[in-house]
Amino acid sequence: MAKSIDVSELDIYYGDFLAVQGVNMTIQAKSVTAFIGPSGCGKSTFLRSLNRMHEVIPGARVEGKVMVDGQSLYEPNVDPVAVRRQIGMVFQRPNPFPTMSIYENVLAGNRLNAKKMKKAEADEIVESSLRGANLWTEVKDRLGRPGMGLSGGQQQRLCIARAIAVQPEVLLMDEPCSALDPISTSAIEDLIHELKTEYTIVIVTHNMQQAARVSDETGFFNLKAAGEPGHLVEFNSTQKMFANPDNESTEAYISGRFG
Amino acid sequence: MSTTSASSTRNTAPTQTGDRVFSGIARTAGLAIVVALAGVFVFLAIEGIPGFFQPEQFYKGAGSFWGYVDNLIFGTVLVATIALIVAVPLAFGIALVVSHYAPKWIAGPVAYVIDLLAAVPSVVFGLWGINLFAPKMVPLYDWLHEHLGFLPFFKGPVNPVGTTLLTTGLVLAIMVLPIITAISREVFTQTPVLHEEAALALGATRWEMIRLAVFPYARSGMVSAVMLGLGRALGETMAVAMVLSGGGGISFNLITNSNPTSIAANIASQYKENTPGTLHVLIATGLVLFLITFLVNFAARWIVARNERRMSR
Repeated sequence: MAKSIDVSELDIYYGDFLAVQGVNMTIQAKSVTAFIGPSGCGKSTFLRSLNRMHEVIPGARVEGKVMVDGQSLYEPNVDPVAVRRQIGMVFQRPNPFPTMSIYENVLAGNRLNAKKMKKAEADEIVESSLRGANLWTEVKDRLGRPGMGLSGGQQQRLCIARAIAVQPEVLLMDEPCSALDPISTSAIEDLIHELKTEYTIVIVTHNMQQAARVSDETGFFNLKAAGEPGHLVEFNSTQKMFANPDNESTEAYISGRFG
Repeated sequence: MSTTSASSTRNTAPTQTGDRVFSGIARTAGLAIVVALAGVFVFLAIEGIPGFFQPEQFYKGAGSFWGYVDNLIFGTVLVATIALIVAVPLAFGIALVVSHYAPKWIAGPVAYVIDLLAAVPSVVFGLWGINLFAPKMVPLYDWLHEHLGFLPFFKGPVNPVGTTLLTTGLVLAIMVLPIITAISREVFTQTPVLHEEAALALGATRWEMIRLAVFPYARSGMVSAVMLGLGRALGETMAVAMVLSGGGGISFNLITNSNPTSIAANIASQYKENTPGTLHVLIATGLVLFLITFLVNFAARWIVARNERRMSR
């Protein structure tokens, strides 16, 4: 189910503005890959190009190749809607649907597939997804309540449950803990550890300790200079990145000497 | 519209000068609306209530006030309903195209043209309706009568100049379209990007995204838009008075000669022969219109509020 991702010579544009240039990398299946780098270096933009969410912004486009298990995402005959059903995404700020209950929020993605589900089947998906997101014990008695009534950390786990309910092949996380307190953050990090046995996970984070804690491999993005496009400086195993990186600027960034 | 004036739930009075000035202005504005509305109601009540008990000859052969006003109420509600049935889906559709589908360079001018429609005086709509639109509709009415004549709506006989309930409803639809479009477009564009992306990232198509994220967010604004449109349709005077050939009683026959007219149009056309008795009767019909508008608004607000209460904790 989990799939690897191959990116080659990917350029990402906003209109005429080249935001990220020439990215090459291979993301392993069933592992956690983290992207770090200063603000505005294009790591979130790059993440969004992996499930074609980038092009939701008017004028945004990419050039180059993204292959998920040998299938190119940007071929003209590929439907972006189908891509997003296979590659789930969790956002920086928790965004459960405000008018839906916890139960309906979890099922939102499944309902989109327009299959008529039996009640038992739906219950099953809700329970397993919420268990998968470590939220079941906290909400099992109030599934009919609105998702917005939960705390921020619980809302974020609800969003993760919603993303895994459709059984995606890859899970993208765009700074999933940046709006959360340390306890909720730690809950999500534990969850990431558990999820990687089943999913390929790609996470963008501003917190280098978090990258060191949760990821197997790390990519460091940076701007070549102010006003220049962002690019991938180094991509290595997390251990090596934090102990003995190949690139000087990676070391400077990680040790806090700039950025 | 429901006016929640001066909802100051805080106990502490503002201490800063700026706060005091602003809260004073806000409170005055809120009270002014309530006072104006109450003033209208008091005038209608004082001048109108005697209209319920006039001698029989003032009711034009209808015998009593209710016999006189019932077909006016019917006509008012019927043309307004036709107008909303046509205008609401169209307006929401246009608003969605402008806010979520069309590229910016088309969306801008389209929105502008729709807003311009709102600025056309109703007498112009009336002239257009009676001189151009109504005659053009006659062939359609003939067709409807021929093929769907078994329905009470199209029983006929067909009005040869087209000045029918259906024509009036359609003219009204065009008149309320810009209001509903402008307001719903505004609330559609304000849907948080966060919710839209949540839906898209789950693999929603654009339409599914609109159903999942835009409509739930915009629901209360959409009701407001429809209510404002309905207010205009119920109260529209000139266009109805010009286009609709009245004189009939209660009937669902939409394409015929003699139709129930609307309250506002009836006031406009009868106002000149103002003996005090007729005037009282006309103002009383105005009071009835006021109450209908009030009730419809109240009911719509209540439905929305009930839905929202159900969803909040």
